[in-house]
Amino acid sequence: MTTNKKLWFLALSLAFVHVVVVGAAFFAPYDAAEQHRDAPFAPPARLHFVDAQGKLHVRPYVCSWTNQTQGIGPARYAEDCSRTASLQFLVRNDPGGAQVGPGMTWHLFGTNGPAKIFLLGTDDYGRDQLSRLLYGGQVSLFAGLLATALSLGLGLVMGGIAGYFGFWLDDAIMRCAEVFMALPWIYLLFAVRAFLPLHVGPRQSFFLLVGVMGLTGWARPSRLVRGVILSAKERDFIRAARGFGASNAYILRRHLLPETSGVMLTQAVLLIPQCILAEVTLSFLGLGVGEPVSSWGNMLASLQKFYVLQSYWWMLIPGIALIPIFLLYNALADALLRRSKIKESSDRSNLMGERKLQEAL
Amino acid sequence: MNFRLVRAVLAISYLASTAAQAMKSGEDVLVTSGEIGTRGGRLVSSLRSDPKTLNPVTVVDLPSKGLIALLSADLIHINLYTQRTEAALAKSWKVSADGKRYTMELRRGISFSDGHPFDADDVLFSFKVYLDEKVHSPQRELLQVGGKPIQVRKLGPYQVAFDLPQPYAAAERIFDSVSILPRHLLEHAYEEGTISKAWSAAANPSVIAGLGPFRLKQYVPGQQIVLERNPYYWKVDLKQKRLPYLDEIAFLIVPTEDAQVIRFKAGDVDVLEKISAENYAALEPDQNSRGYRLHDLGAGFEYDFLFFNLNDLSAKQLPEIKRKQEWFRRDAFRQAVSLAIDREAIVRLVYQGRATPLWDQVTPGNKLWIDEAVPHPPRSLEKATTLLRSAGFSRQSDGTLVDSGGQPVEFTILTNSSNAQRIKIATIIQDDLGQLGMKVRVVPLEFQTIMTRVFDSLDYEASIQGLVSGDADPNPEINVWTSTGGTHVWAQNEIKPVAPWQAELDTLMQRQTAILDYKKRKQAYDRVQEIVATYDPVICMVSPNVLVGAKASLAGVKPSVMRNYLLWDAEHLFWSGKKQEERRQAVGPSSH
Repeated sequence: MTTNKKLWFLALSLAFVHVVVVGAAFFAPYDAAEQHRDAPFAPPARLHFVDAQGKLHVRPYVCSWTNQTQGIGPARYAEDCSRTASLQFLVRNDPGGAQVGPGMTWHLFGTNGPAKIFLLGTDDYGRDQLSRLLYGGQVSLFAGLLATALSLGLGLVMGGIAGYFGFWLDDAIMRCAEVFMALPWIYLLFAVRAFLPLHVGPRQSFFLLVGVMGLTGWARPSRLVRGVILSAKERDFIRAARGFGASNAYILRRHLLPETSGVMLTQAVLLIPQCILAEVTLSFLGLGVGEPVSSWGNMLASLQKFYVLQSYWWMLIPGIALIPIFLLYNALADALLRRSKIKESSDRSNLMGERKLQEAL
Repeated sequence: MNFRLVRAVLAISYLASTAAQAMKSGEDVLVTSGEIGTRGGRLVSSLRSDPKTLNPVTVVDLPSKGLIALLSADLIHINLYTQRTEAALAKSWKVSADGKRYTMELRRGISFSDGHPFDADDVLFSFKVYLDEKVHSPQRELLQVGGKPIQVRKLGPYQVAFDLPQPYAAAERIFDSVSILPRHLLEHAYEEGTISKAWSAAANPSVIAGLGPFRLKQYVPGQQIVLERNPYYWKVDLKQKRLPYLDEIAFLIVPTEDAQVIRFKAGDVDVLEKISAENYAALEPDQNSRGYRLHDLGAGFEYDFLFFNLNDLSAKQLPEIKRKQEWFRRDAFRQAVSLAIDREAIVRLVYQGRATPLWDQVTPGNKLWIDEAVPHPPRSLEKATTLLRSAGFSRQSDGTLVDSGGQPVEFTILTNSSNAQRIKIATIIQDDLGQLGMKVRVVPLEFQTIMTRVFDSLDYEASIQGLVSGDADPNPEINVWTSTGGTHVWAQNEIKPVAPWQAELDTLMQRQTAILDYKKRKQAYDRVQEIVATYDPVICMVSPNVLVGAKASLAGVKPSVMRNYLLWDAEHLFWSGKKQEERRQAVGPSSH
């Protein structure tokens, strides 16, 4: 696969994941907070295509889980195929779904019978893991994206100022960045989060989290930007622009900052998984968005308990979901680097060609 | 000479000499009726954290209390199995006709664990220390009757008299867990004013002595604390064999319940005191293959409850909470919340059925005092909605509940971040109350921070906590239910009762302490339970079962629903069967 094709493939795969997560209200069969109290820790549903009589069903169906524990003890489930429900696409079943038209709520799939469909099982309150995974992705993935945007924005401004103006501003900003890089980020995040008010709603909590992660992640991109600007500002076309009377702001905006685009793009795709991981870590430790809003971190938090880790493998799914996403982002960063190197070498060979032509003339 | 005959003669003379050893010194040993066991072996238990102290005068933390219970003894003891009082260091006692004087006959000829004899001076010294205001002992509070301290007098070398300021229904029970201190070791520290600093856990074992079944052998901070058998212990079994049977008890420091469970499963730890229902379920399938036995003792004395901040707050300091108190103070609001809570779901989802739903503070574990007549209304959102409507609340078109001023009903529940069960309860309540249109936030916080907010800064809206009654008797509960009580959690700064039901609670709790007749006391305490269930100053929700585990080869196990669940009767525990020899060898010669 050529670099460009690979880039497209990776970008589209990531875009697909994000679109599904944004459309959680449509793609998820239930609301993330909806408790099915008769089905705590129900295992993932089995889709049946062939019934007990050997009859083939084009439309798969699910059997309902029956809790065999009466009264005391953990729930133990067995499939009860006397109560089935076939899989339906584009169903309207609860008011929390996507508003497609006035008063219309739709889900991509659902069931039409008494059996509920928990494709990835349920948690300890009987909440559908798939729905929580999709809704949780909105928090975890977008906290990563927004925090990265904030980090890069800050990094660009701080690095740009430090690199272009130099002298004491450069020293002050870079020493500050070094302090941020020297501090262990997780403890820094803890400290900052601990100072913030406790009585915050999920939305405020999300933006606080993004703010905290963004404010602590600017140091590395700012150093890179500064490096690029330091080398670029001495180049002939910048000197020429300055000679023609261009202002600092114009030079920065028109000539210098575009030079950093390659570095910024690579940094972005490297920072996003780091920020996702930071959000997951904070939520895992109870410092992220609170219940009942889901995030991949607070979904994983139940695994801190020995019996959950030992008994219910499907609770690991948010952790497993992180792996392909991180691989996609890292592969994208790799592809971007390759492309920028190819571009650089082709630019250099073009330049050499021009010089040779000038010499020949 | 016949070799067998010599052996038999020697054995008889040995038995006679050991029996005589107990008898000839005039030792008033206590003959106990427990299962007769065999001596030797080492038991391994675990503690969540290092003990802060081994000093009974200053102890407050649970790990230290558990250890001190094994190292020391009291005059009258509550048998945690029968929940009744029984003779301990006081061989017998008489109560005067007016119920104000207790004259106790002490055991003669018994010794502390360092071999020093015990007498009435040790009792006098102990009570002098506990009652001394300058020492600030937490026991001082418990030794007050009607706000005045009890008086102690020596009548003879083995006779003491206690004078109570007024008749006190549970007077015998206040002597339980008041450890008798060795005057010969602590008098000097007391005179110097340093007694509260004496006997830290890191102190040299030779300076610590008590009258308990075990004595301190070794303490390695962060790793383990080892107790060894007290050779001077004053209890014997029916065969006149001196207790305890075990040579050693080692407590490993294992910081979390999960880690304790894993070590128990691996066989590193022999007993497991109080585990969650989930861990019980995780351990249950391997009982036979791994040689341990789990015990579900039923409802204990612990109960989980939700309470609102009903403190008298200044509008300047906490205006937002003050505004919300308009709702919290209404009986109908709290009753509606209670009606909306799905207690059955809490029992099922949080405790896997190993708990009992509750509507008042007395758990089914307390058979003597429970009022069966207290109504148990089932969950009803309709009734809750009706109550809220009668109190001026209404639902908006989007379902949000608003008060008469149009303000949405929103509040935050604080709960202990290290207690997974309470966080789960809070999440269930959040969903339950959401169905009434209330917006509830759950904020898990570190326990100490919650305590500061509840008892000092009063900066909280609602909280879920648990309380454990220290005794079956209602007297210790006086701190919780009277308006001036130290654990009056929902209105810590209430000087005089703010509601008629609170005034009635105060009267009833005070009255029952002074009545000596059980039936009349029970009537008064039944009414207390009815008030709690009706007016919901705290909304009692559930009482978890006490779940413990022990190695199957450990015999003499009589688990109690009260702390220390398994080791309260450590003197009667022994290893049975094949394991015993292995355990005996594991201790090695150093322990003997």
